[in-house]
Amino acid sequence: MATATGTRLFGAPEKRREDPRFITGRGQYVDDVKLPGMTHAAFVRSPHAHARLKRVDAAPARAVPGVVAVYTALDLKVGALPCGWMLPNIKVPPRPALASGKVRYVGEPVAVVVGETAYAAKDGAEAVRVEYEALPGVSDPRKAHDKGAPQLFDDIPQNQCFYWTIGDKTATEAAFKSAAKVVAQPLRNQRLIPNAIEPRACVASYAPGTGDLTLWVTSQNPHVHRLLMAAFILGIPETKMRVIAPDVGGGFGSKIFVYNEEVVAAWASKALARPVKWTAERRESFLNDAHGRDHVTEVEMAFDRGGKITGLRVKTHANLGAYLSTFAPLIPSYLYGPLLSGVYRIPAIFCEVWGMLTTTAPVDAYRGAGRPEATYLLERTMDRAADDLGVDPAELRRQNLILPFTSGTPYQTPVAFAYDSGNYEPALNRALELSGYAKARREQEEGRKRGRYIGIGVSTYIEACGPAPSAVAGSLGAGAGLWESGQVRVHPTGAVTVYTGSHSHGQGHETTFAQLVADQLGIPMAQVEIVHGDTAQIPFGMGTYGSRSACVGGSAILMSLDKVKAKGRKIAAHLLEANEQDLVFEGGKWSVKGSPGKAKTWGEVSLMAYLAHNLPQGMEPGLEATSFFDPPNFTFPFGAHVAVVEVDAETGQTKLLKYVAVDDVGRVINPMIVDGMVHGGIAQGVGQALWEHGVYSDDGQLLAATMMDYALPKADQLPSYETERTVTPSPVNPLGIKGAGETGTIAATPTVANAVIDALAPFGIAHIDMPLTPDKIWKAVTAARK
Amino acid sequence: MYPASFDYHTPGSVQEAISLLGKLRDDAKLLAGGHSLIPMMKLRLAQPKHLIDLRKVPGLAGIREDGGSIALGAMTTHWQVESSKLLQAKIPVVSDAAGMIGDPQVRNLGTIGGSLAHADPAADMPAVMIALGVEFVIEGARGRRTVKVDDFFKGLMMTAVGPDEILVEIRVPVPPAGSGAAYLKFPHPASRFAVVGVCAALTVDGKGICTKAGVGVTGAGTKAVRAKGVEAGLAGKALDQAAIEAAAAKAADGVDVQADLQGSAEYKSHLLRVHARRAIEAALGRAKGGK
Repeated sequence: MATATGTRLFGAPEKRREDPRFITGRGQYVDDVKLPGMTHAAFVRSPHAHARLKRVDAAPARAVPGVVAVYTALDLKVGALPCGWMLPNIKVPPRPALASGKVRYVGEPVAVVVGETAYAAKDGAEAVRVEYEALPGVSDPRKAHDKGAPQLFDDIPQNQCFYWTIGDKTATEAAFKSAAKVVAQPLRNQRLIPNAIEPRACVASYAPGTGDLTLWVTSQNPHVHRLLMAAFILGIPETKMRVIAPDVGGGFGSKIFVYNEEVVAAWASKALARPVKWTAERRESFLNDAHGRDHVTEVEMAFDRGGKITGLRVKTHANLGAYLSTFAPLIPSYLYGPLLSGVYRIPAIFCEVWGMLTTTAPVDAYRGAGRPEATYLLERTMDRAADDLGVDPAELRRQNLILPFTSGTPYQTPVAFAYDSGNYEPALNRALELSGYAKARREQEEGRKRGRYIGIGVSTYIEACGPAPSAVAGSLGAGAGLWESGQVRVHPTGAVTVYTGSHSHGQGHETTFAQLVADQLGIPMAQVEIVHGDTAQIPFGMGTYGSRSACVGGSAILMSLDKVKAKGRKIAAHLLEANEQDLVFEGGKWSVKGSPGKAKTWGEVSLMAYLAHNLPQGMEPGLEATSFFDPPNFTFPFGAHVAVVEVDAETGQTKLLKYVAVDDVGRVINPMIVDGMVHGGIAQGVGQALWEHGVYSDDGQLLAATMMDYALPKADQLPSYETERTVTPSPVNPLGIKGAGETGTIAATPTVANAVIDALAPFGIAHIDMPLTPDKIWKAVTAARK
Repeated sequence: MYPASFDYHTPGSVQEAISLLGKLRDDAKLLAGGHSLIPMMKLRLAQPKHLIDLRKVPGLAGIREDGGSIALGAMTTHWQVESSKLLQAKIPVVSDAAGMIGDPQVRNLGTIGGSLAHADPAADMPAVMIALGVEFVIEGARGRRTVKVDDFFKGLMMTAVGPDEILVEIRVPVPPAGSGAAYLKFPHPASRFAVVGVCAALTVDGKGICTKAGVGVTGAGTKAVRAKGVEAGLAGKALDQAAIEAAAAKAADGVDVQADLQGSAEYKSHLLRVHARRAIEAALGRAKGGK
């Protein structure tokens, strides 16, 4: 459909409509909520990784001026925080909102102090006296598995929460027996700590008159938050609870989950009959937001004589932290193992995962969630293999690529997934071309003669977005459906309000969805309003994670648009006294084929739908529709990235010189927004490769718990990226979209890690675990020089 | 995020501030730019009962030439130091180093005096002050006194400034012709403080002989120190590559190098030596008429 200017809005780089309010300080975040009589909560947190709670003395806190109440686990009458994904034989430890009996990680909430001001609450929290009996901690998931390791829960021996496998063990063993070459590499995918600009926050307000509870919370999925809290934790009817996730400043997965603080605030608001606000201090975010990654893995890859991969064997100890965060078991299982085929033909794969409890903060989905871990091990191993086999790493990848399949026949991997559509070689070729790969290799050779250590890293990747379908997810242990809702309400003027179940916390839904609607209806974007984030306004929805908003949420909106357009066509045909099939809808009006003067505009038809003075016989007035889209499969974006780095072998310092990304995310609504997502994702991926590490001491003290210690990437450390796209539409949704939210993060980590190791090849260095910090590089170079 | 409660004082003169300090003693802290103290208060690592804000005291900020020195008022911001035409012309290394501190927001509020009096072991400016041989003007109830840089840094976050005294001025001698200096640092990837930082200030005569060498190191130990071994290896020598390397090899001598997440003591000692060599090379280039 065309707009007044005749250009299509689908595919146009529209500026984000929400940005003016964000960049002029007019956003409305949870912390901006101020209610009459509002109190403030501060949490007393464990300084121990593992300890018995002997006594909590709240009396000194109650004496602090301005303190309203102090609560511990003994006061709190709520259910445990639930886990939303079950695996076979999983042992789910109870996770109390406030620690009971024992504390199991540094930062675990032990008590809450409610004050008239945030300062009074904080003063009160400092005054609470807690007696602990310290116990030994364990932060490493493999050491936690040892006999005699400190045990977190009496009934979970050796801290093993689950054991999970995928693939064909026998076929994989056979592949290794007949292999011409086996490449083995132990590696760690280190723990990361998400850092959204807006820290987590909540305001709970209980109305004693009606029994209604309103919770403003930094959530990526307000309905899921409401369902879990109302049904499993608070034990109240869903209808008595309203969850509002207003403007939310970033999530990266960390705001999917239900946390201790909002549960305690909701309960306390009812107990006190006053609103209770809590906003995380940055240090609390480090301590208690769900962390990401943290795998210890052994990989083996088998090759035939011609350099074709014949088998892949993976053994992973996945650190889950001290308790199961909301979707923790899903990440190192079904979002990890099924990605292990990458974009390669691998006939046999077998993957074993031990889900381990340790005395550290819970680990859950963080941008990419399982997929970066799979991609990293695969792509790091491909480089190791290229080194061992003496072939160019780009060539080794090329000769193992899955052949193009774009005509609707999916590619079946040996690890459950059937990819929707893919054409992998053009992306690889274009990335090599854009990066000047051949020239870079020559410069590398020249540089080495003069003591300059340039490294070139290549990585392909496969992504799995828009997790689906609900029935399959249910059979694999999901506690939720994976569809999305989209309601389109047309107003008498023809203006449209869209109510989407997905949630924008940086993704730009208010722009992309408005583009989609304006494009479909031929009306200006200014006539389209996007509403999200309030359970009292929108139909039940699943929220935003897994790069699903456009492909699943957008498709639900499209379904509703089709419905209102179909009804509008009937009205237009009636008004024009024409046959429906003789009408053309273009530029926001229906006209009769062959007589363009005979037309009814979208606005005229909308008005008639509400005036109802002249509707087709038997038609209900009004013009709105609600749809639920449950996709038949995941979508599988893919691509190839190339990085060029230079390592100062004397100091170990790495400089990123060039970064090229060629992604295929299917069809794109707004290329500027997708570029932004790719850019941010690359920064996060580079951060993991070079700097970030949520490092715990062996006994469970978090050693990087502030912005002064935890090294997030900064603009001056990153080059200007070159990004391009190939377009292979997905056949699993009507928009052909694959999803773009996580691609950069997934690809950039192995790309940069491979580049750094490649730079160090003259020293015979084959692998260093991330982050590739200067001290580690220097140590490896020094050892190699000896 | 939420500091413990405190009383806030805004003296209008140095005398008034000193008399407040005398009265409140250990319960009080001086507030300059606040970029070290306020974060510590927000984490409740510092809980002073009184804050004495120096920002309303006239005459404490500014850069002026005074005889053979440039006098920097203690409340001069890092940005003012970084952008000073006078410094850039006469002692550019001071401006260069100021430009490496934190980020623009930090430099717009943080002050040179506040930073030096705070004496963070990983701060940049102490190394530069040592290399240039500056003097500190300190004022107290008994009047003003001058302390040489070698007597100023006493230990981890400890200086010669007494509990009832205020650092009011830093006097940086203008180096003679044939001088050049450079500050190089290896920044912490998160905080941007110096994991190691080395400042070398050299004067060479017409024959290429080093007549004067000042070398300060920061970051690696519990306080910034003078690298006497390096200076001894430079002074009086013709600075060929062998001499430079031999001198730089002493950069970690006498430094109580601390291991942490950024690396072992061995690695940091190595970084000190590498940065010393590179700083000396850069300083020598400038002394010989390069930039």
